[in-house]
Amino acid sequence: MEKFTTHTGVAVPLRRSNVDTDQIIPAVYLKRVTRTGFEDGLFSAWRNDPTFVLNQKPYESGSILVAGPDFGTGSSREHAVWALMDYGFRVVISPRFGDIFRSNAGKAGLVTAVLPERAVEELWSALDSQVGITLSVDLATTSITAGDRVYQFSIEEYTRYRLLNGLDDISVTLQAEAEIRAYEARRPAFKPTTLPVRV
Amino acid sequence: MGRTLSQKVWDDHVVKPGEAGQPDLLYIDLQLCHEVTSPQAFDGLRLAGRQVRHPELTLATEDHNTPTADILAPIADPVSRLQVDTLRRNAAEFGVPIHSLGDKDQGVVHIIGPQLGLTQPGMTIVCGDSHTSTHGAFGALAFGIGTSEVEHVLATQTLPQMKPKTMAVTVTGQLPQAVSAKDLILTHIARVGTGGGAGYVAEYRGDTIERLSMDARMTICNMSIEWGARAGMIAPDRTTLEYLKSRPNAPQGEAWDQAVAYWATLASDPDAHFDKEVFIDATELTPFVTWGTNPGQGVGLGETVPFPTSFADPIDRAAAERALAYMDLTPGTKMRDITVDVVFLGSCTNGRIEDLRAAADILRGKKVADQVRMLVVPGSARVRAQAMAEGLDEVFIRAGAEWREAGCSMCLGMNPDTLAPGQRSASTSNRNFEGRQGKGGRTHLVSPTVAAATAVLGHLADPREV
Repeated sequence: MEKFTTHTGVAVPLRRSNVDTDQIIPAVYLKRVTRTGFEDGLFSAWRNDPTFVLNQKPYESGSILVAGPDFGTGSSREHAVWALMDYGFRVVISPRFGDIFRSNAGKAGLVTAVLPERAVEELWSALDSQVGITLSVDLATTSITAGDRVYQFSIEEYTRYRLLNGLDDISVTLQAEAEIRAYEARRPAFKPTTLPVRV
Repeated sequence: MGRTLSQKVWDDHVVKPGEAGQPDLLYIDLQLCHEVTSPQAFDGLRLAGRQVRHPELTLATEDHNTPTADILAPIADPVSRLQVDTLRRNAAEFGVPIHSLGDKDQGVVHIIGPQLGLTQPGMTIVCGDSHTSTHGAFGALAFGIGTSEVEHVLATQTLPQMKPKTMAVTVTGQLPQAVSAKDLILTHIARVGTGGGAGYVAEYRGDTIERLSMDARMTICNMSIEWGARAGMIAPDRTTLEYLKSRPNAPQGEAWDQAVAYWATLASDPDAHFDKEVFIDATELTPFVTWGTNPGQGVGLGETVPFPTSFADPIDRAAAERALAYMDLTPGTKMRDITVDVVFLGSCTNGRIEDLRAAADILRGKKVADQVRMLVVPGSARVRAQAMAEGLDEVFIRAGAEWREAGCSMCLGMNPDTLAPGQRSASTSNRNFEGRQGKGGRTHLVSPTVAAATAVLGHLADPREV
């Protein structure tokens, strides 16, 4: 995973709550077996509407999404994170995220920054009055700078550490091979298996 | 201090405790896979030269993309076919057992785990699917994960997880007639909202829950994710044991006794502390349906479409306005006056044998209204066979419904069963998101008996009206 330290980019106001992962990428795009190229599916139903924010300049080149509460609820599809990243988003700001989406984002390198509802509304107003302004997101100091305003955001500490260091979970876990083996040795025999256990 | 059910299961699976602020490394007893969220995970293994650590703790099936008619013909959509073929190839290459289309154990992933007896109390179960919460009905800690985590579990049989907070949802009192587990959970979601459980593992408890069958408990746990709880659990009891005892993968002989002794320890201790508690009085519940585009936007079937101005929070008000526009509904309309084009009975929420029986009881000797198309889609090939052994297929067919093969079907628009733009459905599935059942489709979430009554009368209907 690529390291994330700071990012400055065009912020896109998405004035909606409960943006579920079916809206972020509809199921029909989930039939692919590849891990890239999902940008065409991002908000695809909404992008049919010419007035949708991503169809407006300069938002089509946005990289920071400022959304209402309960962003990424619903289906566990990691494709939602891939679609946002393939489109060019590096950060999503919301007062609250769906748990699985937040976890998936942390694995793929997308920053999910939690700001209070009032701060999100302030950002929306700022984006309305100064269309196309950029925001700067600093993961080391967990701060978002919008002009002369600075907001502190929250993100799970371990996710922040992994993003800052670009750490891949599997290689970290495999360092615990001895502990995994020890656990397997003491696992109860009555636990079910889907196959006859290999000898 | 005592521990909750979820804390006990958690503690029993810690491979390596996390240091301050770091996740615990948890052992995963079972991973279920389907074709949609696994191809990139298997690709990741191949790229890194890794194996599936425990194929015998892994099970694959095909459900999301699969057609529910002519299932032995090649899948017509080439993209769907490639995804299903990819799962078959990955299963063969990595030695993972698979129940493919046509197999007697094929079906929706969350229906087949319990039915095979692979879902047992005290286990950790994951799947690249948010409705993995279903398995919590057995007292398992079961939650949905993304594809990166699927790969992680395939490679290591473990998952680093931050400890969730705990919530008790206590339900007491007798459910009124015609009110089911589905109405209970839809009501709860409407009260707490889609984010009400974010960060929590929920435990459903109380005498109402204790009286529910395993099928009904699965309906409740299934929809935990719809109010934001990643997992929902119910302590195992005699009902759980009776369900499990005859299942093919249940422990046998001495192993059964050992397992039962362990399972008996899994209830939350009387002095256990929950971070949050919620209470529901079952006696005041009614049949419940959704009017909007998230599962929290629901009302009693006897009520009316709400006015956006009735929502105090501006964000909720804006969401209601958007939802009503998408759903093409006028505030003040009686829910019972809403006519539907399609009725869908099935899914991991309500595709089990008791759901089919309940709907068949309403439909027996009746006809589906002329303008309504009703699809009955058993959750698994075994549910289908059981229903046919009981003659339920005849009831549905005589009523004019379509009797289909097992799969996710119209729960989500990935297979041939979809709504056309503008069509309105009453659906026993779990999500009424915009476009969920097909682009432009409009979904009302309902219980199986409301679905059956709606099919007969052509408008959202109380089962007692039929």
